[in-house]
Amino acid sequence: MAKIVAVTGNEAVANALRQVNPDVCAAYPITPQTDMMQRFSGFVSDGKVKTEIILVESEHSSMSACVGASAAGGRVITATSSQGLALMNEILYIASGTRLPIVMPVVNRALSAPLNIHGDHSDAMGARDSGWIQLWSENAQEAYDNTIQAFRIAEHMDIRLPVMICLDGFIISHSIERIEYLEDEQVQNFVGEFKQLYPLLDLAHPVSYGPLILPDYYMEFRKAQAEVNTKVPEVVLDVAADFEKISGRKYGLFETYRLEDAEIGIVILNSAAGTTKDVIDEFRNKGIKAGLLKPRLYRPFPYVETGEALKHLKALCVLDRADSFGSSFSPVYMDIASSLYPYNDKPILINKIYGLGGRDYLPEHAEIVLNELIDIAETGNVKSYKEYIGVRE
Amino acid sequence: MAKPVTLKELSKKEILFASGHRLCAGCGAPIIVKMVLLASDYPLIAANATGCLEVSSCISDYTAWKIPWIHNAFENAAATLSGVETMYRSLKKQGKIDKDIKFIAFGGDGGTYDIGLQSLSGAMERGHDMLYICYDNGAYMNTGIQRSSATPLGADTTTRPAGSVVPGKTEQRKNLTKIMAAHNIPYAAQASPSHWADLVRKVRKALDIPGPKFMNIISPCNRGWRSRTDDAIMLSRLAVETCYWPLYEIENGVTKITFKPREKKPIIDFLKPQGRFKHLFKPDAEDFLKRIQDDIDKEWERLQKEEACFSS
Ligand SMILES: Cc1ncc(C[n+]2csc(CCOP(=O)(O)OP(=O)(O)O)c2C)c(N)n1
Ligand code: SF4
Ligand SMILES: [Mg+2]
Repeated sequence: MAKIVAVTGNEAVANALRQVNPDVCAAYPITPQTDMMQRFSGFVSDGKVKTEIILVESEHSSMSACVGASAAGGRVITATSSQGLALMNEILYIASGTRLPIVMPVVNRALSAPLNIHGDHSDAMGARDSGWIQLWSENAQEAYDNTIQAFRIAEHMDIRLPVMICLDGFIISHSIERIEYLEDEQVQNFVGEFKQLYPLLDLAHPVSYGPLILPDYYMEFRKAQAEVNTKVPEVVLDVAADFEKISGRKYGLFETYRLEDAEIGIVILNSAAGTTKDVIDEFRNKGIKAGLLKPRLYRPFPYVETGEALKHLKALCVLDRADSFGSSFSPVYMDIASSLYPYNDKPILINKIYGLGGRDYLPEHAEIVLNELIDIAETGNVKSYKEYIGVRE
Repeated sequence: MAKPVTLKELSKKEILFASGHRLCAGCGAPIIVKMVLLASDYPLIAANATGCLEVSSCISDYTAWKIPWIHNAFENAAATLSGVETMYRSLKKQGKIDKDIKFIAFGGDGGTYDIGLQSLSGAMERGHDMLYICYDNGAYMNTGIQRSSATPLGADTTTRPAGSVVPGKTEQRKNLTKIMAAHNIPYAAQASPSHWADLVRKVRKALDIPGPKFMNIISPCNRGWRSRTDDAIMLSRLAVETCYWPLYEIENGVTKITFKPREKKPIIDFLKPQGRFKHLFKPDAEDFLKRIQDDIDKEWERLQKEEACFSS
């Protein structure tokens, strides 16, 4: 029986991690993640989990220890935000290149400088090409559900890749929401036993991890890794189908909201999708055909399915909580643009940057964007392809 | 108690670091690794920092390591091994592993004194049951002989070349063994492949002590030291006999010098056969040579006093 509770996002994810009961956890504090690992440490101190915790001296060591522990042969977790994720960057590529199914909640926060502890997506966007699977979460419930599903995805024999679960700093990590917990036993049965493929601790079959691979084989190795990525969407869907059976909650590669017959649309990640859906309802009440697509599996990006879901729109705006300095548009925009590129008939695409460093995303922002999209759909005229919104001029 | 070391016993054991690796002929590192692996009667798992030893010993699809081995990155051998050791403890506690396994990390001086110092300090402070071994060849050799904080005073390196105004490295070496001992770990020691019985005995002792242990082992590098390919053992012996590289151990805070040269040789005996010190043998470099000798004398004095504190 599901249990209904009122908890913060951090508390919900920490509870999911407790229910999974991993073998090793590496932890290092950083706002707004800190209280997630604090809660998990509490479970360790109270004997609620079998986990051995490593209280490392940095996030670089945290990811390094995760690589060692995962290669050794067992379930491994850590969590981080912002500067912590940036400090891990070097080892993120080693975790994915070594095909280690480490699971890591990332409580999204802005990057320095200037220093800012509040939510935006710059941290996880900086890691989007690191070979990790990324699952994004609108609210505490999704963060909880994604965390549990992440283990099955990461550990799937066709994949064996690390997974990040992204949730918005403070907005989700620190606000209390009503959510449904699964029973511990349900979670245990769902994730099952984990067996590492070539555990370092298997003395009878000594293996060498982390070889040098020269130009003669490096590219074959990378191609194999790229091929593994193509299998991820199907596994994500299979795991979601199994998860629905125990939870009643449905997950896909992305969520669409009133999109099927829509003429204008918004693509937006995480918590701001909730606000946007409300405004879309208001526009629908006025007879305007507006819809939304919220990516869930953002890496690897399911561009074929995403393009199919969006191609019928007349005008589309990608709202991004991060920019990609020096490139044409923001990160999600570039992915959406390439997913639509193959189609002759496709929406006019514009890009807005919002909510950096915890700047509030308000219903008026969605209204302004939707009104602009109505105008573009009618006239075909675009005033600005890329713009920061909710910012002082 | 650690068993006494005999050559007869060691000669009967399997060598767990295979030949065919691609380290330079005459390199000190594989000699050290073989000695360390021979020393253990426990099953071992090793971690290796990026560097000469690592890039030359596991080039896909070949590995010289007959024991489980992991390379992660340059600065994180200690953190990586702390993860392996923690998983071992977790699985042992859960009854999934029953063997007693020992864990050894190998890092070069760059990967240990410099970029990996934080990772090492963290792992030692956390008390993981592991032995960290630094094979100190006194420079970033794998990238082409750049200066590290372990490079000896006066040495010519590619980033601090001896020139018309710069006499090679102008700073003293960092005393890493002292820094590690200051972590109050149960065992820290220095060893040299020239004194193989001392080295093997120290490794054995370290492996028998629970908790974090550190060993610093001098590792001649003929490429970087600009020396002959067949003098690794001779040079490491001279390093000991000149007290450039004193052999000692600090066990539970008690310092013991494990080899005292009957007659301390002048430092020039160690410097002269090495091309990296060639510029110090020009007439105008005498003061600099004296400074090198003074530094060594001072440290040797200090170490003897430190030992004396405990033996009285
Ligand atoms: C983060 C990072 N910085 C730099 C390097 C380049 N690098 C690889 S090996 C090495 C030198 C290693 O020196 P040391 O640890 O003394 O080992 P040695 O090669 O001398 O045995 C350097 C600088 C790297 N691999 N990673
Ligand atoms: S460069 Fe020096 S340390 Fe590296 S393999 Fe050659 S001799 Fe050994
Ligand atoms: Mg070196």
